[in-house]
Amino acid sequence: MQPQVQLTILIAEDSAADRLLLSSILRRQGHVVLTAANGVEAVDAFRRQTPHLVLMDAMMPVMDGFEAARQIKALAGETLVPIIFLTSLSENEALASCLEAGGDDFLAKPYNQVILAAKIKAMERLRRLQATVLEQRDQIARHHDYLLNEQRVAKAVFDKVAHSGCLNVAPNIRYLQSPYALFNGDLLLAAFTPSGDMHVLLGDFTGHGLPAAVGAMPLAEVFYGMTAKGYGLAETLREMNAKLKRILPVDMFCCATLLCLSFQRRSVEVWNGGMPDGYLHRIASGERTQLAARHLPLGVLSPEAFDDRTEVLPMALGDRVFLLSDGVIDTRDANDRLFGEQGLQRVFESNRQPDALFEEVQQALRDFGGQARDDVSMVEISLLQPAQITPPALVYSDSGQSCPLDWSVSFELRAATLKRFNPLPYLLQLLQEVHGLRAQSGALYSVLAELYSNALEHGVLGLDSSLKRDAGGFARYYQQRNACLDALQDGYVRVHLQVTPTGEGGCLTIRVEDSGKGFDVARVMQRPVDDIRLSGRGVSLIRQLGRNARWSDDGRSACVEFFWEALA
Amino acid sequence: MSVISEMSQDGQKLTISIKGRFDFAKHQQFRDAYENKELAAVVVDLKDATYLDSSALGMLLLLRDHAGGDDSDIRVVNSSSDVRKILAISNFDKLFDIS
Repeated sequence: MQPQVQLTILIAEDSAADRLLLSSILRRQGHVVLTAANGVEAVDAFRRQTPHLVLMDAMMPVMDGFEAARQIKALAGETLVPIIFLTSLSENEALASCLEAGGDDFLAKPYNQVILAAKIKAMERLRRLQATVLEQRDQIARHHDYLLNEQRVAKAVFDKVAHSGCLNVAPNIRYLQSPYALFNGDLLLAAFTPSGDMHVLLGDFTGHGLPAAVGAMPLAEVFYGMTAKGYGLAETLREMNAKLKRILPVDMFCCATLLCLSFQRRSVEVWNGGMPDGYLHRIASGERTQLAARHLPLGVLSPEAFDDRTEVLPMALGDRVFLLSDGVIDTRDANDRLFGEQGLQRVFESNRQPDALFEEVQQALRDFGGQARDDVSMVEISLLQPAQITPPALVYSDSGQSCPLDWSVSFELRAATLKRFNPLPYLLQLLQEVHGLRAQSGALYSVLAELYSNALEHGVLGLDSSLKRDAGGFARYYQQRNACLDALQDGYVRVHLQVTPTGEGGCLTIRVEDSGKGFDVARVMQRPVDDIRLSGRGVSLIRQLGRNARWSDDGRSACVEFFWEALA
Repeated sequence: MSVISEMSQDGQKLTISIKGRFDFAKHQQFRDAYENKELAAVVVDLKDATYLDSSALGMLLLLRDHAGGDDSDIRVVNSSSDVRKILAISNFDKLFDIS
């Protein structure tokens, strides 16, 4: 009878005759044999030579088989070392105590060669099974460690990209996100535009793990790059959608809400593609306006079919926008009931202190679900005074040696261009070549943006700014704006920029003209400069931020100057 | 079987019925239901679907792509109010005929 494998087998038996008999049987079957005459010797032999299997007599002097079995099992730890008790015991109780001591099987005297070989074989199968399970368990544990480490590294890289914005420094943002949200596909980004507006994106990629994380990187790059350059939501959304459509497989996409919060204009512009309703909470009235999903997620539609239409809502100081991921409403309790929209509404209704809402939602989720999910993302952004918000200084990489100082340029943008194209990022980039202007780039951009939108909306499109007096009119105003723009046939906006050196410094003159009907300049100029209204053509903003602001040609031509002194 | 596909007699209409949770676990079965078939009209029957997650939305997009993208003719029928809500949030009614 040839064994499959050669095992090292320990025989613990106080009878020299039995030891000899068993040894010779096992050797004939091809195994290596170790022997011990009592329990102490057996434990000692095991410790020194770690046999694969033990044949153990129950009754032995010095230390009996039960105790020796216990000690050997303890020494073996997780490794299975089968112990077969050799016994002439026949009482049930004695046999049971063999098993309790850690024995795996019995062999009754007198010994039968065939049964002994079969039992060794069966035990060997068990031993291998255990070894395989342990090996696989260790392998899985190693892979898991490896994966976690990879995630740590990937997250560190991603954090550099994703958190290059103002999420952690802006005083008006509170947010909650699992540290490993990236691997659930949740993404939260925030950054200032050059004019001091704030762009915020809360996104949720389909799927989990690495695939969900992969798309986040290019999305963050587009978001930060375009926001910093002064692009609006529509252009940024188009670029994000086109990029994701190009790089992601068909079944992957990104639900997202993108906001532009304007502290100057006191408004929020919203685009929601596939995210749960966000909320605009008006503190004065306690009213909550839903920011519902009106679009397909990013990365689904082709660039041609993509819809970048946004909604604009007025805000008052202290008003807040609250966004959440579906992890919030999909939180389930022990009975698999959903927290749901209703759960969220209940928290809203019971809220008395707007500042406490964020904690109350978290508390309600904890009370409801019992265990935290790692795909719960929430963010709350409040509207503060522009002075309370300090956008970080822009970082420039060039030395300024080749800065142009004496030039002028003029653009005329006609109807077909006005419909789709936003010239502001290009103008701003051009002006940032002038080093002396960089310190005022925020004010400069705000003024340019106001002048341009005045010329377009009130000039070319002929929209009445008094419409924006109340919240309902505000929404109507932006609907009209879109409708008029779609229907636009002719008209123009001209932008003239002139940079001239003055001593050590210089002067920028901006003139913006439009083809509209103009307005009553004298009446508008009579209004106090610091009057804050939803309407009012941004005239007071332009007069505060620029120098020598003036209007001519019945309001069809606006001119404003920026000066700078010698650079240090 | 939790995903059943049935071709109409004339070979013009493929009906795919989903039973239980429509999530990533059904990925392979759902693909098998329409791959290697000539697709004219497709009906996805969600009468017995209890839940639908974002990977199911992805699977529907794959089916749409396979059936000709913008030229595809796919109807999603018998969706429960919960399921319909998920489809509505994602604005999938702009891509599919949902009832």
